[in-house]
Amino acid sequence: MLWFSVLVLLPLAAVVVTATEGGWSTFVSVVSEPDTRSALLLTVGEALGVALVNAVVGTVIAWVLVRDDFRGKRLLEVVIDVPFALPTIVAGLVLLSLYGPRSPIGVNVVGTRTGIFLALLFVTLPFVVRTVQPVLAELDAEVEEAAASLGANQATILRRIILPSLVPAITAGTSLAFARAISEFGSLVLIAGNKAGETEVASLRILKYIEGDYYEKAAVVAFILLLVSALVIVALDVVSRRVAVRG
Amino acid sequence: MSIEVRGVTKKYGDFVALDDVSVSIPTGQLTALLGPSGGGKSTLLRIIAGLEVADGGTVEIEGTDATALPPQRRNVGFVFQHYAAFKHMTVAKNVAFGLEIRKRPKAEVKAKVHELLELVHLEQFADRLPSQLSGGQRQRMALARALAVEPSVLLLDEPFGALDAKVRKELRDWLRRLHDEVHVTTVFVTHDQEEALEVADEIVVINGGRIEQVGSPDDLYDAPANDFVMGFLGEVTVLDGHLIRPHDVVVHTLPAAAGAGAVRGEVVRITRVGFEVRVAVRPEAAPEADEVVVTLTRTFARSLGLEVGSTVWLEPEDGARVVPVPRAVPVGTLGAADPTEPSEVPVA
Repeated sequence: MLWFSVLVLLPLAAVVVTATEGGWSTFVSVVSEPDTRSALLLTVGEALGVALVNAVVGTVIAWVLVRDDFRGKRLLEVVIDVPFALPTIVAGLVLLSLYGPRSPIGVNVVGTRTGIFLALLFVTLPFVVRTVQPVLAELDAEVEEAAASLGANQATILRRIILPSLVPAITAGTSLAFARAISEFGSLVLIAGNKAGETEVASLRILKYIEGDYYEKAAVVAFILLLVSALVIVALDVVSRRVAVRG
Repeated sequence: MSIEVRGVTKKYGDFVALDDVSVSIPTGQLTALLGPSGGGKSTLLRIIAGLEVADGGTVEIEGTDATALPPQRRNVGFVFQHYAAFKHMTVAKNVAFGLEIRKRPKAEVKAKVHELLELVHLEQFADRLPSQLSGGQRQRMALARALAVEPSVLLLDEPFGALDAKVRKELRDWLRRLHDEVHVTTVFVTHDQEEALEVADEIVVINGGRIEQVGSPDDLYDAPANDFVMGFLGEVTVLDGHLIRPHDVVVHTLPAAAGAGAVRGEVVRITRVGFEVRVAVRPEAAPEADEVVVTLTRTFARSLGLEVGSTVWLEPEDGARVVPVPRAVPVGTLGAADPTEPSEVPVA
């Protein structure tokens, strides 16, 4: 508990305190700055989109890794974790060289929202895959056979038996991916272009505030990110419980 | 005949799980597939259910060729050893599953589920999750779930294998009574000969991917077709080159009472197990051979006044079934050969 307090609660409290020090007026003034507002909306919007894509694609990848057998499966297993292992700035560099102005495949997404989306997808890929995979692997094949002998076709088995068992894992992975996306910095610095009001994400906004010595404003943005994160995680948890019980 | 299996073969790589198996399962009866682990009995059951595809042969269920049908369309109920409960659904939802997929009206589903839960004595647990039930209760739920779709045959794969001895025994009796009520053609797989003898109307003994014998429990016990069936269905011992049940051996303490062919031997060990006494006798003519094991009631053993070292004459009881000993003797050795906990009979 002490460990948890020192590591998590204390810094969180510090952010909240700094953010609220300036009172309501600072809060309002920060949020009403068009560049900041757009950065927050962009960040949350992109993070939600990325989380959604991950929920679907991550589950599919996990499925393929568990249920299918193909050449190069072991290799894919390793490759999935690369975004985890890579320092995010390196990820940014890789993406820049591939999808930047000197792209060998002629795609330039630097300074666009697509670029941000791509970078976020890259760094959040492993979350859902890695949370769903073990749960899927542990699923009892007999349960599916039981459903089949009761007359359920493959689609029904997937919808009524398999997915409900996976929902907690999918939402957990999605929460993680969302949290990561909302706070992503390293991989975006290079590719986002950081045009204020257009492709500047919240974490960069915070950096700018700090560089400009506006600690309170930075804390306010951080506080809002924290709030959104917490909200989304709670919401996903509620969804997960609902679905899991309903069956 | 409810299920007709003809010439079914199944291989897993080099391992032959079923070798040209043909068997008919009678309608409305409780049939046991009995055999040692790895003998192919579960594979046969899964092929009947369509959960496994045979390499060759045909399966007919209620007169229709089901060989190529997927499990969904065979109308069989299947009960697994480890329950295969739908963990995220309540007991009632589990039972209702098959009916809901068939899009039956809600009221009908509800009534049917209620009726089935009553049948398996789980009506008060309808709203619980499977994880809140004991193993025996879960298995009863699985049975109700399988029965809900009114299958033409009910298949149970080692249904009591994961339960402890006491619950196992209860459920066994209960299954027998349930079957007398419901009369659905039922096939269950077991490696427990006692379970098969006690519950089944008919037993199919399977070993090494082949059917050794089919018959009623009495037939199999009294007239085993070969040494394997004899050895698998009960305890056996070797007397004068023949397999014989230990309780079919008569013990004489005086040569005058014994017949001409009686085997003379020396009592080497006496073990008391509850109501019975197991006497190990070394035949004098062949001291190197296996000891003959005889089981007697405690009272009878006392009246004979047997002691370790006394000389006895052994012969088969009149009408006892004996089977010549094959090359290698697969004798299921008796508890008497187990020296861990011998309790000597005090013979006065």
